[in-house]
Amino acid sequence: MSNLNQAMVEKYRNSFLQEVQANVEEGDWVKMCMQCGVCAGSCPMGPYWEHPPQEIFMMIRAGKREEVLSSDSMWMCTSCYNCIARCPRGLPITHIMHGLAHYADRLGLAPKEQPTRKFANKFWDNLTKKGRVNELKLGLALYFMNGFFEGIKVALANQKLGLNMLKAKRMSIAEMFGGHGVKDSNGLHAILKKAREIELAKADEFKG
Amino acid sequence: MAKKEYSFYPGCSSQKGASGSNYQVSVDAMCDVLDIQLNDIPDWNCCSASIGYAGGGELPRLALSARNLALSEEANPGQDVVATCAACWLATRETKDRLLDNGGLMKETNEALSAAGLKVEANQNVRHMVEVLIEDFGYEGLGQHVKKPLEGIKIAGYVGCQTNRPFGIDGESFENPMYLDKLVETMGAEPITNYDKKVSCCGGALAFSEPEKSQALIKDIIESAYDSGAEMIATPCPVCQMNVEVYQDQINAKYKTKFDIPVVYYSQLMSVAYGKSGKEAGLDGQVIRAKKLEEIASK
Ligand code: SF4
Ligand code: SF4
Repeated sequence: MSNLNQAMVEKYRNSFLQEVQANVEEGDWVKMCMQCGVCAGSCPMGPYWEHPPQEIFMMIRAGKREEVLSSDSMWMCTSCYNCIARCPRGLPITHIMHGLAHYADRLGLAPKEQPTRKFANKFWDNLTKKGRVNELKLGLALYFMNGFFEGIKVALANQKLGLNMLKAKRMSIAEMFGGHGVKDSNGLHAILKKAREIELAKADEFKG
Repeated sequence: MAKKEYSFYPGCSSQKGASGSNYQVSVDAMCDVLDIQLNDIPDWNCCSASIGYAGGGELPRLALSARNLALSEEANPGQDVVATCAACWLATRETKDRLLDNGGLMKETNEALSAAGLKVEANQNVRHMVEVLIEDFGYEGLGQHVKKPLEGIKIAGYVGCQTNRPFGIDGESFENPMYLDKLVETMGAEPITNYDKKVSCCGGALAFSEPEKSQALIKDIIESAYDSGAEMIATPCPVCQMNVEVYQDQINAKYKTKFDIPVVYYSQLMSVAYGKSGKEAGLDGQVIRAKKLEEIASK
């Protein structure tokens, strides 16, 4: 168990709901869910969620910490905002799903091999490095995220797609060498570092 | 009409050699005709889209968009911020809204920004290019510039998710927004108004991480366009455009379909209708060539 996870278990011994409220983006809203199921029925990835959002909210209130945080479900969210547009209680479901996924990942409880978990982290690393997304390197990192041999296989399967994009000048080999980025990357890194510090300090102070 | 100026947030996919670079080319051509001046936000950064959530927490992600807003306030004061990418627009607008209705977040965000000597007020409008077209020009105003009506092309307007939810375009419904159809009609083409996958999800970033699940969604989007008689799909979103266009080969191989339908941006339709060349309309950036548009452009 990660140290952070251990600390959180001890801190919120009695209430997973409180832990979510303190640490998860828009977590305060969880208690507003009235279990109507509209969100689950509106989700394009519906068939693939082991626990659809409404169930996740119920499980949080029931204190099913491990089950929720180690779930593959939140990682199915495509950010389509269908659920938000339809929820009669106005819950920011999309953000709560992202928040739960992020928190689970930070605690080291998210399923390691979950492909969207890996991709989403690579995306963040890629964009924060230079301040802008380098699509070529992101693409390559994606192909090789499951190891070298698997990567060659995926890359070959996508070879035609890559060539099509190159031909249409919508992919550039120049991205391999430097490529796009912000000029003030020091400033950008300082902002992100500070933002993370503030966020962690805030979660620490939360009284519920 | 006097020149209109906006503070422009181009976004990563618009950059030279990136997946939405042809979108940018056509936006430039369209703006040239409409006498719109786009003033780039200097040194803008990535908005982290929606998928940035795993690595970035709430505040770091808000801070990314807040940095863009701060730079815009500094360089282009008083100008509305305009984005062409749905994800850029959504992230930036969401940030503005959240900062304005939560004083605590505003304070924390400014504390983070001060690490680079910046400060944000978030008091400018954050708009999608489509809003600018509809609200500041109007369909009639946009129609006045049409030189070559796109006669006889049947187009399914695929609005997708993030240009539509949670904000959408004023006066439009989430379930059946009509603006894209109206734009198509204004350009002289024939909109497929009963296209039933108009606001369905293409899988977004999960097209990369969950290709099979996403391609199943994309297949339905394309199939429904064919079923309703469309010969072309038009969209306002670079993620939708890419997902629906470039996987058609892979979908054909898997589902034994014969998809070969061009997917273009509204701005490409407009550029061609406004008399720009195929190159100026970014048509050379299609993976599946939009032959009917090319023909009209070369006339
Ligand atoms: S739609 Fe809203 S209220 Fe209904 S179950 Fe989902 S989150 Fe709860
Ligand atoms: S935003 Fe996420 S959870 Fe909500 S309907 Fe879309 S994919 Fe499902």
